[in-house]
This record gives sequence, C-alpha cells and structure tokens, in this order.
Amino acid sequence: MAAPTLEVRNLRTHFFTRAGIVKAVDDVSFTVERGKVLGLVGESGSGKTVTGFSIIGLVDPPGRIAGGSILFQGRDLAKLSEEEMRDLRGNRIAMIFQDPMMTLNPVLRIDTQMIETVLAHKKVSREEARQRARDTLGMVGIPSPDERLKAYPHQFSGGMRQRVAIAIALLHEPDLIVADEPTTALDVTIQGQILAEVQKLAATTGTSLIWITHDLSVVAGLADDIAVMYAGRVVEQGAVSEVLDRPLHPYTSGLIGSVPSRNKRGEPLRQIPGMTPSLLNLPPGCAFRTRCPRAGEECMAEPEIRGAGPGRMVRCFRPITEGAEQVA
Amino acid sequence: MTVYLVRRLLQALLVVLAMSVIVFVGVYAIGDPVEILISPDADQLERERAVVALGLDLPLWQQYLVFLTKALQGDLGNSFVFNEPALKLILQRMPATLELAFGAMFLSILVGLPLGLYAGLRPDSPVSKGIMAGSILGFSLPTFWVGLMLIMVFAVQLGWLPSTGRGDTASLLGLQWSFLTIDGLSHMAMPALNLALFKISLVIRLTRAGVRETMLMDYVKFARAKGLSPARVTFVHVFKNILIPVVTVVGLELGSTIAFSVVTESVFAWPGMGKLIIDSINVLDRPVIVAYLMIIVLMFITINLIVDLTYSLLDPRVRLESKGT
Amino acid sequence: MSDATANGTAPATPRKDKVETPFRRFVSEFCESKVAIGGLIVFTAIALIAIFAPWITPQNPYDLAQLDIMDGRQEPGTTGGAGFTFWLGTDDQGRDMMSGIMYGLRISLTVGAGSALIACLVGASLGLLAAYAGGRTDSAIMRLVDLQLSFPSILVALMILAFLGKGIMNVVIALVIVEWAYYARTVRGTALVERRREYIEAAQCLALPTHRILFRHLLPNCLPPLIVVATMQVARAIALEATLSFLGLGVPITEPSLGLLIANGYEYMLSGKYWISFYPGIALLVTIVSINLVGDQLRDVLNPRLKK
Repeated sequence: MAAPTLEVRNLRTHFFTRAGIVKAVDDVSFTVERGKVLGLVGESGSGKTVTGFSIIGLVDPPGRIAGGSILFQGRDLAKLSEEEMRDLRGNRIAMIFQDPMMTLNPVLRIDTQMIETVLAHKKVSREEARQRARDTLGMVGIPSPDERLKAYPHQFSGGMRQRVAIAIALLHEPDLIVADEPTTALDVTIQGQILAEVQKLAATTGTSLIWITHDLSVVAGLADDIAVMYAGRVVEQGAVSEVLDRPLHPYTSGLIGSVPSRNKRGEPLRQIPGMTPSLLNLPPGCAFRTRCPRAGEECMAEPEIRGAGPGRMVRCFRPITEGAEQVA
Repeated sequence: MTVYLVRRLLQALLVVLAMSVIVFVGVYAIGDPVEILISPDADQLERERAVVALGLDLPLWQQYLVFLTKALQGDLGNSFVFNEPALKLILQRMPATLELAFGAMFLSILVGLPLGLYAGLRPDSPVSKGIMAGSILGFSLPTFWVGLMLIMVFAVQLGWLPSTGRGDTASLLGLQWSFLTIDGLSHMAMPALNLALFKISLVIRLTRAGVRETMLMDYVKFARAKGLSPARVTFVHVFKNILIPVVTVVGLELGSTIAFSVVTESVFAWPGMGKLIIDSINVLDRPVIVAYLMIIVLMFITINLIVDLTYSLLDPRVRLESKGT
Repeated sequence: MSDATANGTAPATPRKDKVETPFRRFVSEFCESKVAIGGLIVFTAIALIAIFAPWITPQNPYDLAQLDIMDGRQEPGTTGGAGFTFWLGTDDQGRDMMSGIMYGLRISLTVGAGSALIACLVGASLGLLAAYAGGRTDSAIMRLVDLQLSFPSILVALMILAFLGKGIMNVVIALVIVEWAYYARTVRGTALVERRREYIEAAQCLALPTHRILFRHLLPNCLPPLIVVATMQVARAIALEATLSFLGLGVPITEPSLGLLIANGYEYMLSGKYWISFYPGIALLVTIVSINLVGDQLRDVLNPRLKK
C-alpha cells in the first residue's frame, strides 16, 4: 500500500489568549489515503476548522501548532518554514472556505484572482495562465468561462462563486483539498450539484479530500472515512458506514439521532442537551461528560482514544456496546 | 449613470443657491451696508441717491435677485481696499492656495499611507504604538501652534528653511507656481507639512483601521491559502480594498484643506486666498468676503461631486448600483 | 426527555462578583487606562488653576497698575521690579506670562466649555425632536445638519464671525453654530434606536406628555454617546477658539485667551524671544490633549459596540 497523502499525528493547536490557553485542537490524529475522502464532523467550536487551518499552515496568532506532526507525503508540515509552506499552499494543498460570498476579493476581477494563483506556483506566461484558468472554470461547470473571467465576484451567485473558489483550488491539481463546510451557505439543490461535482473530480484526479462539516448527511454520501470531533478532540473515527450504522461514542450517537429523517416521522427529534462547553474552562475528565446520558464515575478521568475493532477508534470509557439500545 | 449625474447636479445647484442666500443675508443684511459702502462725509441727499443707486431701497428679496443676477455674470462687486473686482482678486490668489493644498494632500498620502499600513500590519509593535500616539497628537494639536513651532525650530533655531512668503515662482499655463523652483519648494515645505499634519493623522488612522479590518476578511485568508506571496496579499488584495475609502476621504478632505489653509497661510504669510480673506474680514472688505465664500462653496460642491463620481468608478459594486438607478 | 433536560443545565461557572452598579462598572472600566487617568488628573488641575487664577497668580496681568514696562520681554526665570520671579518670562508690556496664561486659561475654558454646553443643549434638543417627531421635521433638521457638516468648522466659524464681527459672545455663537450639528446627529442616531424600545411604548401608552417622554425617558438613554461627543467637542471648541483668536477674529485684546497670547508673541518669536508664544501654546496643548485622552477612554468604555 502506498504512503497515505496525509497523516496527522497528535496534533495540538492552541490559542494563547490573555484569558488563558484555548486548546482548539488537542491531540488529534487521523489519516487520509490517496484519492479518499475524510469527513471531519463536529459542532461549531469543536476545532474542526482550526484543524483544517493547521494543515494548510494558516493558524493566525495568538494561535499556533503546539505539538504533534502533520505528515504530508512524508514531510512534516508543522516543521516547514513559511516559505516552504507557501510553496505547497494552493499548489499541492488547497483549501475551500465556508462562505463563497466572502472568499473572493470584491475589488479584483475573477481572472486576476485565478491567474495570480497559477503564476504563484508555475513559471508560465500570462496567456497560458489565463488558458489554465479558463479550462478549470469550464471543468467546474461554469458556462462561457471566457466571459465570466472578466467579471467581478459580485456579478456571480453564491453557488457560482463557490464553483469559482473550487476552480481556484483545482488550478494546480492538488494532492489534498481541505474543504471547510463549502456547501453550508448554499441552497440544497446547489449543494447537491457541487457535491457531485467534487466527488467526480476527486475520483478522476486522485485528489484526497478533507471535508469539514457539521452535516452528517453530507458525509454519509461523500466520505470514505469519518472523524467526529468534540471540544478539540477526535472522539470517534472509522469507516463512514460503520460509524454511522454502529456509533460507539454517545456523542456520535446523539449527532445521528438529531438528524431529521423520513424513517423517524412522527417521533420527536432527539437532541443533545446543553451546549458545547467553552474551551477556556472545560470540565475535568471527559469533555462530553456533562451532556452525556451514559456518564458515570469513571468519566471524571480523562479518556484516551483507543482502538475498537478494525480501523475504528473511540475515546470513551463507556462506549455503546453491541446490542445495547442507542440512547440520546 | 446619467440619471444619477443629473440628480447629483441638481442637488448641488440647490445647495449653491441656499448658500448664496445665507451669505447674502449674512453679509449685506446684518449690519448697515450704507455705512460701509458710502463715504461717511456724504450728505443726506447723496446718501439717498447712493441708496437708490445701489438698490438698497428695494425689498430684501429684490436686492438678492439683483445680487444673484450680477453674480451669475461674474460680478461680485469691487474690493473697497484694492478697488479691483473682488472675483479677480480671489482668482489671482487661488493658485498659491491650490498648490499649497495639493502639496499637503500629496504629503498626507505619501506619509500617511505607509505609516498606516505598517501600524495596521504590526499593531502590537512599539513603532506602531508610536505612530498611533503621533496621530492622536496630529489630531488634537491646533494647526497654527504647530506652524509656529515649525518656524521656531526650522527657521529661527536651525535656519534651514525660510519662514514666510512664497519664494521664487515659475510660470506654467500662464500662472505662477512655487513648486517649480527650488527656492519655491523650500518656502512651501513647512506650510505644506503644517497643513498636511491633520490629514496625515487621518490617513494613518483610516489606513490602519482598513488594514486591520481587511486582514480579517476571508478573502485575504483565501488569498494566503492560494500560496500568494505576503507582498502580493498585502499590496494587491489588502491595499486595493483600503485604497477606496482612503482615496474617498482624502478627496473629500481637499475642500477642508483649502478652508484650513486660512490658518496656515496666516502663520507663514503665504499669499493665498486664505490670507486675503482674513485681511478682508479684519478691514470689513465685504465684497471680497462674499466672493471668497461663494467661491469656496462652489469649490466644495464641485469636489463632493467629483469624489462621488470617482468613488463609483473605483468600486465596482457602487458602479453597478448607480447603473440600476 | 425529562432526564435530558435535567442534564441540560450547563455547569454554572462560580463567580464571586460584588454587586455591580452601572456607575461602579463605568468607573472601574475607565480606570483600566492609566493614560486616561493621567489625562483626567491633568485636566482637573488645569480646571482648578483656571477657576482660582485670581487668587494664585503673582499679579493681575490686566491691572495696568501692576505692570511695569521696564519688565518687558524678560526671559523666563528673571526677577522683576515687583519682587517676584517671572518663571515663564514676560511679554512686551512687562506682563508675567505665567499669570497671563492662567487668566488666558480661564477665558479659553469658559468659552470652550460654555459654547459646548449651549451647543449640546441646542443640538440634543433638536436631535431628540428630529428622532421623536420624524417625518418632515426630521428631514428638515437633518438636511440642515448634513449641509453644515459638509463644510469644515473653520469655514463656518469664519463665515459667522465675518457676519457678526469679533467679541467673546460672537465667538461663542460661532462655536455653538459650528458644533450643534454634531450633537444633533449623535442624539438623533441613538434616539431612533431607543425610540423603538418597549419602555418608550409603555410611556406613550400611559399618555405621558411629550416633553416628559423626551427629556425624562428618551434623553437619559441617549446620554452615553452624548457625553463622549461633548468631551471631544469641548477640546475642539477650545482649539477652534484659539485658532480664531490667533487669526484676530476671536476674543478682543482686553480679554486675551491662550490663542491671542500666542498671536501676541508671534512677532517676537522670529527674534528668538520664544517664550511669549511658546508657553501659552504648551498650556493650550496640554489642555486639549488631556481632554482628548479622557474622551478617548470614555468612548471606549461607553461605546456599546466595542463591548465584548
């Protein structure tokens, strides 16, 4: 088996604020194989976005990577210089942001924003760069790309802008794309189109994908593997079908329970009580303890992540065992 | 775009009219114009004749109409002191004021933008804190006092720069300009810096705030995620966004720079419109006062109009909106 | 579901706060900036000097009997005929500059604070009226505000003094006309927001008289931004008065403010007798900067948008 595209090991990204250290990402490990899609799932504030920014090396002060390694094709990104990192960014590793209305610079034309990306990493003529930009726009399904290149971002709809952003990410056929909730801000129909588009592109180019989202239904259709994050930690991970069918962690089970679906019509939607705790003062022991229906004495200690069957990991003292009823 | 333009022009016209009423009423109706316009030795009969000749027996609104008709023909009366048309006097002094004002604007951008950019990019460095403290001083120090201090240090103590006057001038487009000669420039340096001080502080603040706000935008992070060099991110992605508000404000400030040149010109005895108006107020040369105020009002309105139009050209979003109306 | 709700109460973080009145909170937040406290102390000292000037100055600089022309243009630190030291030198009339500055402060502060107060009353009332009445009244008042704010303060003041001539009262009138618009705009902006709040509706339902709603209910809630604007405007008024007096359009010779003192020393400065202009300038500078420092901190503390 070839080396994985990305291997994150014990990543810790902390924000050193005046109010204290915020452990936005705390001991996170996962692997993304070549051409595979990893779904990184969690509520807002669970650290999934910061994980994404850590990989691409764009954690802004007061945050910084405090420990662990990010092995990208064997190189540790956490140890690279800013210059080396910039070489990879947008080239071998690309990122797509959440809000397409905000990711394109409003005062620069689309062609400027695309061509500068090409020229940042390849020594080609402006004309070749424009050619590449036009081809990529066509590839992501933007009609009459020649004309659209000369437009300003505000002349595009949200879905079109996200396609442009995706096109920019694809310009250098990267080995890894970190997509941070790229469809959350879009209509459901557009969301579907873009998901299908991305899936197709990933499959044809062999690009690996980290899809950050809070939406389990998106992950279910798109991802190969899934990692569930809670309060800066991965609480459960494994193959998508296994995790979604047989969640081990009570939090995963709660998440699944709160997705509305046709099968559960008539039943009241289940919800996870309480809110994500503030990362500044996490309760001692398991961070999910205060909201967990299965919490007990031992949960006052901090649980370690441990193996639970082939390819599966869980961070819980009292995982939901086979046969036990799912409680939320 | 045309509809927008016409609407803005109409608005501007209305303001000019309103201001002409205010200035007219202010200067001619408050106080007794007869006292000023007619020689004190004149007897009763002469006075009455003069009153009729000047139209002062007419109701106020008719007097205003006469004033307005004449004003439209470029006749704003003769200066009592110089016995020359007031308008001509002002126009003669205008190049000196304009060159000073533009010099100050140029300085404010030249100094303010880089300092503001630095302070915005490194908000916590001691240098930035120094820059910001300096800008607070620039806002709160009275211009005339700074001017005096400049003279004290650079003219009296160090003797580097001349303290007053315009120096040698050279001719361009039929007008005399100081900035074309070395001597003229050395005369201009202090007054221009003095006049620019407030604007420099303003540009620093605007730029810094703009940079800090823009740096947090997703599109800047996205630009960095594309692997662009920090220089390109700063000077293309950030800079182009903050240039719009800064240019707008600096443009809008041209009018106020011209107005505040009154102070600087008095301190440095710079022979511009501002010095003329102060002298005229002190000797109650009313036609010159009226002419100055009307010209300044016109200038203001024109500047506002131009800035509005430039703004719509610079920002593609505004352009689209104005096309729609 | 019931046990879910029982679990749902998030762990309350124990905090031991004293009872926090808005005023105490305001004071403690204000005191977070040492610079602002310094500004406040300096300004208080200046105000005290201005108030008690007649009792603490070595001479009354405007009592000609106390002046000796022989003491004219003495350098700082020389001792004059009357037996006391001119710490800041004398002007051409033999006037002790320190006494002159203290008296000048009186006039500058009176004119600045007085005009700011009147402008505040006028502006706040019109702003409240605009916000409360709405419709034509509102647009008429706000058009006037916009028109006036589109012209720089110095120009408006110049125009008015050109109409009225010099004199303390005329300067105050000019400053009021220059400043009222800032207050009106601020108060209207805040009042428009406050007007939609329930407590105003409640007051209207009780059929309280309009002036009572305006001044007892609406105005107190518009105070924080008003205080900020007022502080800044006092500094601006003092600076503008000094500028106008320097230009010879402001206060008369018989009641010289700091600006006029500076103007009087201007001609001597070129011959190296800097102190006649310099020290009044420093006094003016310290006054304005100290007020601005206080104002800056007030704005940070009172501006709800900056609150975390």
